[in-house]
Amino acid sequence: MSKFLLSVVQTMIERFELEERTFRDETTLMVSPENIVEVCRTLHDEFDFNMLASQTAVDYWPQEEPRFNVVYQMHSLPQNVYLCLRVPVPGKNPTVPSIVEVFPNANWHEREIWDMFGIRFDGHPDMRRILMPYEWEGHPLRKDYPLGYEEVQFTFNFDEIDLRKPYVKE
Amino acid sequence: MTQLEEVTLDEIRHLVSERAIEGETMLLNMGPQHPSTHGVLRLLLELDGETVVNCVPDIGYLHTGIEKNMEAKTYEKAEVMTDRLDYLNTVGNNLAYCMAVEKLVDLDVPVRAQVIRVILTELQRIASHLVWLGTQSLDLAAMSVFLYCFREREMILDILEMVSGQRMMTTYIRPGGLWRDVPIEFEAAVRDFIAYFPKRVNEYEALLTKNPIYIDRTKGIGVISGEEALHWGLTGPTLRGSGVNYDLRKVRPYMGYEQYDFEVPVQDAGDVYSRYQVRIEEMRQSLRIVEQALDTLPYGPIRSNNRKFVPPPRSELGVSMEALIHHFKLWTEGFDAPKGSVYVPVESPRGELGVFLEGDGGPKPYRVHWRTPSFIHLQALPKMSEGHLVADLVAIIGSIDIVLGDADR
Repeated sequence: MSKFLLSVVQTMIERFELEERTFRDETTLMVSPENIVEVCRTLHDEFDFNMLASQTAVDYWPQEEPRFNVVYQMHSLPQNVYLCLRVPVPGKNPTVPSIVEVFPNANWHEREIWDMFGIRFDGHPDMRRILMPYEWEGHPLRKDYPLGYEEVQFTFNFDEIDLRKPYVKE
Repeated sequence: MTQLEEVTLDEIRHLVSERAIEGETMLLNMGPQHPSTHGVLRLLLELDGETVVNCVPDIGYLHTGIEKNMEAKTYEKAEVMTDRLDYLNTVGNNLAYCMAVEKLVDLDVPVRAQVIRVILTELQRIASHLVWLGTQSLDLAAMSVFLYCFREREMILDILEMVSGQRMMTTYIRPGGLWRDVPIEFEAAVRDFIAYFPKRVNEYEALLTKNPIYIDRTKGIGVISGEEALHWGLTGPTLRGSGVNYDLRKVRPYMGYEQYDFEVPVQDAGDVYSRYQVRIEEMRQSLRIVEQALDTLPYGPIRSNNRKFVPPPRSELGVSMEALIHHFKLWTEGFDAPKGSVYVPVESPRGELGVFLEGDGGPKPYRVHWRTPSFIHLQALPKMSEGHLVADLVAIIGSIDIVLGDADR
């Protein structure tokens, strides 16, 4: 870990009481949903993290508390450093404050996460689906959402599959 | 799917200005079947005469659920889908994905494989820029450039076909190395290209760089300042066209990019023309990298010797029981990756291509997320196109070099 990142991580841990994780030289800070906007603003204003490189989510279903993690990749161009933030979100009514005010490009990322995982972002100006059709039901990247392939029919499962087939039966 | 719900005006009211509701400005649909949207991009335009007041991009027409599908395949099998994301940068996508897998399982890559990876990704970068140059100038009514660009691109695709058997969807780079070694004709073919191509770049420049019509259509169009570009997360040639000297190959070298001598072209104006200049110069610099890499191409293995992750060579299968077991296990079960997540950014022709890969201890990726430059650049399109004419919008879409397969995934 570079000196700069070390000092950032220490300051952030002291100020917001965060938990730190390291895997393959990548530093991750676990941030609670209430703090995320303030953490992003501090990183942006005080520590030169001038780009939100990426934002996504991971579903840990059937684990419920927390079920999701929203993952932010913060990037500081002047210091050439990446820092990962993770926000744990419960499975019931998942909501995270939006960081669009700090990083405008979070707009589409958050819409994508809403579309794919069903996590709502409080204070987001335009919370619509982005990739799936607007009338789509469900959130495809959730782990309890089936992949939707067609099962191969054999004699032993013929009836079972036939029941679910959409064509008109005699 | 249940009944279709109508989109009510209230749902999209916040996207357009008050004047549109009163009928003072016009709402116009551009795309998804519009030739200059480079695929299936739909724009909802609010126009005041010919001037764009508001531009609302609507994407998702090419969404193929690749991230979901990759979760159902083993690490090696999932790689086939990476080609299909950004179909102009197939080798680069393979590289990003393989680097993420290698980082996740801590796998080494032999030097020869690294150098060949660099040669192919740089050739692919040139090919991608050629498609960009051709289509961009076609949009601005310079038809002949398109034909020349595709002629040269074909040479690169021939080289890719020679090494992998495929023109576009190569899947040639594999976790831990390459699929197989390059054939003996490879070096001569690349040398031919290196000798032939610089003259051609000069030809493109002769057609466009000082062409008054082209300059009129591109200078001062779609301006975005360096600070704003960073704020919106823009990377690659679009960011460098706004005066920010940032190239992942320079600042975070991977695959041995630090050994090669090349320059990062930067232009300050931040308009369509400066992005054009950056990309033209990048083609020359990429060619320099290819030449240096080819000169230093060492002999040696093209795959890691770590048999737990990389299948053994065919020749060993007949003589070694362990090799046979490894081969069988790797192609049926795949390899287990540890629990944890990595984020690997690489410089694609369009900008920072990042792969977020999370493993759960099993043989399949638990979550793969592609941070694709087209997705993020499209987001800044309304910002760039504000106050411009519809005809200029076409130039701006072209200049940020979007690939919808990359944006929609």
